[in-house]
Amino acid sequence: MEQRLFKYIWKHSKTDQIKILFLVLASMPFYFLSLDLPKSIINRAVDSQNFADINSTLSFMRFELPFGEEIFGHPIILIEGFDLTQISLLFALCFSFLCLVLVNGLFKFVINTLKGQLGERMLRRLRFELTDRILRFPVMHSRRVKQAEIATMLKDEVEPLGGFIGDAIVTPFFLGGQALTALIFIMVQNVWLGIVAMSIVLVQAFLIPKLRRRILDLGRQRQMTARALAGRVSELVEGAVEIQSHDTSNYERAEISSRLGKIFKIRYEIYQRKFFVKFLNNLLAQITPFIFYLGGGYLVITGQFEIGTLVAVLAAYKDLPPPIKDLINWDQQRNDVQIKYEQVAEQFQPNGMIDAEMQRLEEKHSPPLEGDIVVSNLGLVDENENKLLEGINFTVGVDKKIAVVGNASSGKEYLGLLLANLVKSSSGSMKIGGKPMVQLPSAITGRRISYVSSEAYLFPLSVMDNLFYGLRNWMIKDTSLLPNSEVEYQREKQEALRTGNIALNPNGEWIDFSSAGINEPAELVPRVTEILRAVDFEEDVYLFGLSGIVDCENRPDIAESILGARIALKEHLKSTGDEDLVIAFDPEKYNKNATLRENLLFGTPRKKQYAGNNLLTMPILRESVEEAGLKDSIYNMGLSIARTMVELFMGLPPSHQFFEQFSFISADDLPEFDKIVKRADKSSFSEISDSDREALMYLPFDYVEARHRLGLVTEDVEAKILKARQIFAEKLESRDPDAVEFYDPDSYNSAASIQDNILFGRLAYGRAEAGATIGRVMTELLDDLGLRSEVIEVGLEFNVGIAGNRLSSVQRQKLALARSLIKKPDLLILNEAAAVMDSQSQNRLVPSIMEAQEDRGICWTLQRASLSQHFEYVIVMQNGKVVESGSFDELNKDGKVLKSLIDDE
Amino acid sequence: MSIEQEVEALKNIPLFANIDPSRLKLMAFASERLTFKEGKELFHQGDAGDAAYIFIEGEADVIVDTDDGPLVVASFGKNDFVGEIAILCDVPRTATIKAKSELITLKITKELFFNMVMDFPEMGVEVMRVLAHRIDHTTSQLTEARNALAERSD
Repeated sequence: MEQRLFKYIWKHSKTDQIKILFLVLASMPFYFLSLDLPKSIINRAVDSQNFADINSTLSFMRFELPFGEEIFGHPIILIEGFDLTQISLLFALCFSFLCLVLVNGLFKFVINTLKGQLGERMLRRLRFELTDRILRFPVMHSRRVKQAEIATMLKDEVEPLGGFIGDAIVTPFFLGGQALTALIFIMVQNVWLGIVAMSIVLVQAFLIPKLRRRILDLGRQRQMTARALAGRVSELVEGAVEIQSHDTSNYERAEISSRLGKIFKIRYEIYQRKFFVKFLNNLLAQITPFIFYLGGGYLVITGQFEIGTLVAVLAAYKDLPPPIKDLINWDQQRNDVQIKYEQVAEQFQPNGMIDAEMQRLEEKHSPPLEGDIVVSNLGLVDENENKLLEGINFTVGVDKKIAVVGNASSGKEYLGLLLANLVKSSSGSMKIGGKPMVQLPSAITGRRISYVSSEAYLFPLSVMDNLFYGLRNWMIKDTSLLPNSEVEYQREKQEALRTGNIALNPNGEWIDFSSAGINEPAELVPRVTEILRAVDFEEDVYLFGLSGIVDCENRPDIAESILGARIALKEHLKSTGDEDLVIAFDPEKYNKNATLRENLLFGTPRKKQYAGNNLLTMPILRESVEEAGLKDSIYNMGLSIARTMVELFMGLPPSHQFFEQFSFISADDLPEFDKIVKRADKSSFSEISDSDREALMYLPFDYVEARHRLGLVTEDVEAKILKARQIFAEKLESRDPDAVEFYDPDSYNSAASIQDNILFGRLAYGRAEAGATIGRVMTELLDDLGLRSEVIEVGLEFNVGIAGNRLSSVQRQKLALARSLIKKPDLLILNEAAAVMDSQSQNRLVPSIMEAQEDRGICWTLQRASLSQHFEYVIVMQNGKVVESGSFDELNKDGKVLKSLIDDE
Repeated sequence: MSIEQEVEALKNIPLFANIDPSRLKLMAFASERLTFKEGKELFHQGDAGDAAYIFIEGEADVIVDTDDGPLVVASFGKNDFVGEIAILCDVPRTATIKAKSELITLKITKELFFNMVMDFPEMGVEVMRVLAHRIDHTTSQLTEARNALAERSD
C-alpha cells in the first residue's frame, strides 16, 4: 500500500484525472468570455454614445489577439465578425451571455459527475484493498485488533477520502484557473486594482493554512478518540455479563463520560478555531471590495476610469473570493485526508502479513498430502520475544492419528496453529511430504488440512451453509446470471475489475460437493446426517427441524408427509387411550388450552401486524369483535383479570419475580390498573371512560382458560368468540387474504412449524405426562413414516444466529467439527476442540471422529491426557518443548510423563 | 374446576388453614394443576425432588422399595401434602407416590414454595408445625415398634 495519499491517487487514477483536467481546461475560455460579456453589454450595447443614430452599427463576434497592438504595433484581428445595430447588438450579446451560462453549467455538470464517479471508484478500490488486507492479517494479529475499530476505519474513516479523491488533482487546477482568470481579468482592466486583489489573496493563502494547522492536529485527535470510543462501546456489549455480574456499570458510565468529555473538549476547540478562521477569512475577503469601492469610485469620479469597467471589475471580483476560499478549503481537506489515509494505512500493515500470492485463487482440486510431517528444531516466539515453543522435533506420517498432550502452559495450542499453517514459526522448519509448510499456498493447506479451535466461529447463516462453508473455495459455476441482463452483468464485471476488485459472483455455485463425497443431490442429506451423527449433533438438528418451517413451495412432498403424520398421531393416541392429551383445533369449538388470541385468529399470522398485541389494533379485528357482540365480553374479561391481578399482586414488591412469571400486568402498570378497577367498580357500565376500556381490552388476549382457571370463558363468551372468528375470517378473505394462514384440519399450515402441524392443537394443561408422551410418540411416528431425514433437512435451514449465538457452546463446537469433517481433509487438526464438552461426551466423540476420518490423519491437541489411548502416536509437551513421544503403550509406564499426566486427572 | 374451588380446597388443608385467602389464591394461580390417571406415578423413589403436591381430589399410595420388592407403607387422600421433604432439604425422593384413583393435585414447585415461605413467614411457621407433628407421630410409632420388638424378644 502506498504511504502517501497522492502517490496512491496518481497511481490508480491518472488517466481519469487527466481526462477531467482536459475538460476543465476546455471550459476555461468560456468562463473567461462569460466574465467579459457584462462589460460589453453595458459599455458597447447600452451606452448610446457609441451609436450616432438608430442605423449605425458596431461589430459583433470580432476577436482581436489580446495585447496584439502592444506586441506587433497594430491590432491582430483573429475573427472579423459582423456589424449590428444597437438593439440587435443588445439582443446578440444578451443571448450570447445566456448561451455561455448554459455551456458553463454543462461543463460543471459533466466535470462534477466524472469527479464523483472517480471518487467512488477509488473508494471502492481502497475499501476492497483494506478488506483484502484484513483477510491477510496473520491470525495472531487478528486476535489483538478490536473489530469495532477496524470496522469504523473501513466504513467511516475512509469515506471522506472518496469525496476528496475526485477533487484531489482537478480542484486545484479548476479553482486555481478560475481565480487566476478572475485575477488576470482584473489586471487587464486595471493593474493597480489587480495588484491589490492579488496581495490580499496572497495574505489569505499564507495566513489561513498556518492558523489551520492546529485545527488539523485537533482533527487527528478527534479521529483517534472517536475510534477508541467505538472500540469501548463494543466492549460494553461484549462484556455485558461481566459488567452486570460485577456491578461495574457505573464505573463504565464514568469511563464513557470522561471519553465523551474529551471528545467534546476537542470538538469545542475545533469549533472555536474554525469560526475564528472563518471570521478572519471573511474580513480579508471584504477588504478588497472596500479598496475597489474607494479607489475605483475615486477614479470614476475623477474621470480616469469608465463606470462600466468598475462594474466589470467588481463583477469579476465577486468571482474571485469563492475559488480562493474553496482552494483554501481544499488544502485543509487535503491535509485532513492525508492524515486519515496515513493513519488507516498504518493500521492495515501489521508485521507478518500473508503474501497475496499464497491466497491466490486456484480453480482445481489440490493434490492430497502424502508422506511424513517432518518437524525439525521448530521454535516460536511472541512479539515480546517470549519463547512459546522451542526445539520441537518429530517425524510422523500425515495419515497417522496423533495426540498432543500437556498441561495448559505446555504450548501445545501453538503447535496446532503451526501445523495448520495459521502461524509462522520463528525458527526451524516443518515439512509435509518433503515440501516446506511455509511454501504451501492456502489453496493446499486450507483444503487438504482442516482446523478446529477450542472456540470455533460460526457465520450467521443456516446450519447447512455453515456446514459447507469450508468447501466454498472457488466459484464452480456462475448460476445467478439470469436475473440481470448480460449487458448489465458485463458492465458490473468490468466496473469491479477496473477498481481492482474481484469479479466473481458470490451468489454463483461455490460449494464443491464432490470433495465431500456427494456426487448427486440425493446423496446430500444421508452424507450430512452421517457427519452430524459422527459429532453427535444429529438429534439437535432434528429438534431444530421440528420447530422449523417447511418451505412448502419447494418441498410440497414434505408438507404432504407431515400431514400424514398428523393423522397418524391422532390415531395412535386414540389407540392408546391418550387422545385427551392433545386438544385439537376445531373450527367449530373454542379451544380452552389455547389463548383467546389464538381462538379468535384461528390461524398463524403471516404478517407481523397480526401477531402479538398488534392484532388488537387491526381495524378488521375490531370490526369483527364489535359485530359479534364480543366487545363487552372482552372488556368484562379484562376487568375480571385486572381485579384478580390487583388482588393477588398488589402487596408484592415490584421487583418480585412473580410479576414476570405469572402476572398479566407488569409491576409498573399495576397501580394504574388498581385505579381503573376502583373507578369501574364505582360507576355504571356506560360511565367508564374509553381509555379505561381500551386498557382493559388488551388483557384477555393471552388468557388460557385451562391454565389460568379464572372461569372467564363461559358458554356465552365461547359462542361469541366463534362468531367473531367466522366474521374475522370472512373479512380477512376479502380484504387482506395473505395475512393469516387459517387452521384447517385437512391441510398443511405453511406458516407454522412441523411440530405444530403434526400436533394440530395444544397440549392439555394439567396432564402431567402430556409433554413427554407426545414428544416420544411424535419421534416414533416420524421414524416409522421415514420422515426423520426430511425433518433434519428442515433443521439444516435453522439459522445459527450472530456468531452462532442461537446455539449452545457445545453445539457450536459440534457444528464446527462437522464443518471440518465433511471436507474429508488429509489432516484434521483439532486444537482442544472438544474442551467445552463434558468428559463423557469427549469419551464418545474421540472414537467417533476417528472412525469418520477413516484412514486420513488427525492431530488432536487433547485437554485430557487419558484420551490419548485412542491414538497411534502421542506427543507429550511441557513448557514449549516435546518431552517424549511414541505409542501410548510405550509412554503409559511408570516414570514417563504421560503416565503422571494421566494419574493427575 | 376454577381457581376459587382450589382456594376452597387449600383452606381445608391444615398447613394453610391460618393463611390469608388472597395469598392462597396467589399460590393457586402460580401453581400448575396436574391430573394423574390411576396407576401413574407422581414421582419415583430416588428421583431428584423439584416440587411438592397438594391433593385436591383422589388418593395415592406411598410405596417404598425394599429388598422384597415395593411395599405400600401409607396412603394419602384429599387435602394431603406430599413431597415437601425433598424440596426442603435437597435429598432424593424418599418414596414413590402412585395414584390409586384419578388424582387431581396442585404442583408447588420448589421455587414457588420458597418464595411463598419467604414472603409469608406465617406459612413457614405452619410448615414447621406440620413437620413437628409428623416427627411426633413418627417418634410415637417408633416407640410402639420398639416396644413390640422388645415384647417379641422376651
